[in-house]
Amino acid sequence: MKVLVPLKRVIDFNVAVRVKTDRTGVDLANVKMAINPFDEIAVEEAVRLKEKGQAAEVIAVSIGPQGAQETLRTALAMGADRAILVKHDGELEPLTVAKILKAVCAEEQPGLVILGKQAIDDDCNQTGQMLAALLGWPQGTFAAKVEIAGEAVTVTREVDGGLQTVALKLPAVVTTDLRLNEPRYASLPNIMKARKKPIAEKSVSDYGVDPSPRLKVLEVREPEKRRAGAKVGSPAELVARLRERGVI
Amino acid sequence: MASLVLAEHNNRALDEATAKTVGAALKVSAPVHVLVAGADCRNVAVEAARISGVEKVLLAEEARYANFLAEPVAELVLSLAAPYDAILAPATANGKNVIPRVAARLDVPQISEILSVESPDVFRRPIYAGNAIQTVEAKGFKKMITVRVAAFSGPERDGNATIEPVPSASDPGVSRFVAENLSRSERPELTGARIVISGGRGLQSKDNFILIERIADKLGAAVGASRAAVDAGFVPNDRQVGQTGKIVAPELYIAVGISGAIQHLAGMKDSKIIVAINKDEGAPIFGVADYGLVADLFEALPEFEKALDQK
Repeated sequence: MKVLVPLKRVIDFNVAVRVKTDRTGVDLANVKMAINPFDEIAVEEAVRLKEKGQAAEVIAVSIGPQGAQETLRTALAMGADRAILVKHDGELEPLTVAKILKAVCAEEQPGLVILGKQAIDDDCNQTGQMLAALLGWPQGTFAAKVEIAGEAVTVTREVDGGLQTVALKLPAVVTTDLRLNEPRYASLPNIMKARKKPIAEKSVSDYGVDPSPRLKVLEVREPEKRRAGAKVGSPAELVARLRERGVI
Repeated sequence: MASLVLAEHNNRALDEATAKTVGAALKVSAPVHVLVAGADCRNVAVEAARISGVEKVLLAEEARYANFLAEPVAELVLSLAAPYDAILAPATANGKNVIPRVAARLDVPQISEILSVESPDVFRRPIYAGNAIQTVEAKGFKKMITVRVAAFSGPERDGNATIEPVPSASDPGVSRFVAENLSRSERPELTGARIVISGGRGLQSKDNFILIERIADKLGAAVGASRAAVDAGFVPNDRQVGQTGKIVAPELYIAVGISGAIQHLAGMKDSKIIVAINKDEGAPIFGVADYGLVADLFEALPEFEKALDQK
């Protein structure tokens, strides 16, 4: 079984984002980029499936600018076998990404697609579910545990009140939550080896998908800042203040 | 035209998130219809019918909807979607699971976690974990929306909507419910609570969370935690407040032994009043707190509890 891992190149999660002064978006110039952390967890899970002998091949795919090649190299260094870069400059909506991934699935015929539950830039949390819908496959979102047995995958999901376990018929789409695994650090020999692994380059038009966005971003601004209030001297004073405000 | 709201419930009771989503839907396109999909959940429909502004409650009772699996529920929503110009769900685990699946099948983009409805076509939503706010316009297609319920208030409960049974849709038959492990708590739900008290790494152990829980019970508060406390195994992961956990905006948020990483602030900074108790004066949490108490929590919490008892 092939496992396809779609991944997104995003601003590194340690970087404090700056809104552009013209309010058209967030400043991406000279900012450190990295693999979306949830997608990194997806790569790790796929590689573990391969190590357990449940996946024959792990294919990483990214849709983005030339720089996304670096992100794919990260996945290859972690253990993915090969990669596909669908080149595109500019924003793509999750539905567009899902359509491109659907076309990639038609070519690659994976038994499982694993990707992050959301990208930490647009925080949409849509792509996996949309891909599953377009393919007519079941979905195991917000996965905390993934087990493959025969023709099915059992996914334990992080839901609002705790955990829910579902059994899905393969092929299926799984989206990762934070506690699914702890991604490995790529070793130097594996980073060297990854340089020789193939990355196929494609364009969005190769898949016959219209990349133009349908939602119009009118403005991006900074959130309203909260200001620090007063220090209180004791728990008793704190209780008194809260009573004054009428909240307790 | 009209909006359809997917009800959040557990087959027994309606979640407060539903009313708040109705509040948002009324600003997008009225009248509002609410879909209650579940099993043996007529009581939920009766509750939903009381939300002011709801014209009709659609009730789909069928065993296959009992656990809100995305595949059958999405088919049901699709079977009902045609007359609506907006379909909304709270941005809960269920809402996030189902809405994109429906949007993709309808070939329309989705607007996730809206914070406000500026006009029926214009919405504000957080990006980069709330470090930037995006204003988006959605024009010329059915609007598929998830709602950050903490940012909306729910209408009164003086409505009297009609309840109409709807036929179930086909089951794709590709997914099956296996088990559920939900934490049972007498305390309020985190996302709907008026008061939330959260503990962090500073609590040092699972057992010490009792100090938080005792105050929670005195205040009728929900108990939350930072990611550090969850990762350390002090509390189960559904207690996590933050970017990757629950987003809360209660009237009072009390952060105890939480330093205030950006990740945590993203989940609670819209609370009305924030209290921070931390022994580190330089902790970033004090930068957003209305009332800060620099103290050792193991001394401060029992004193706080005692002060609550004294009227």
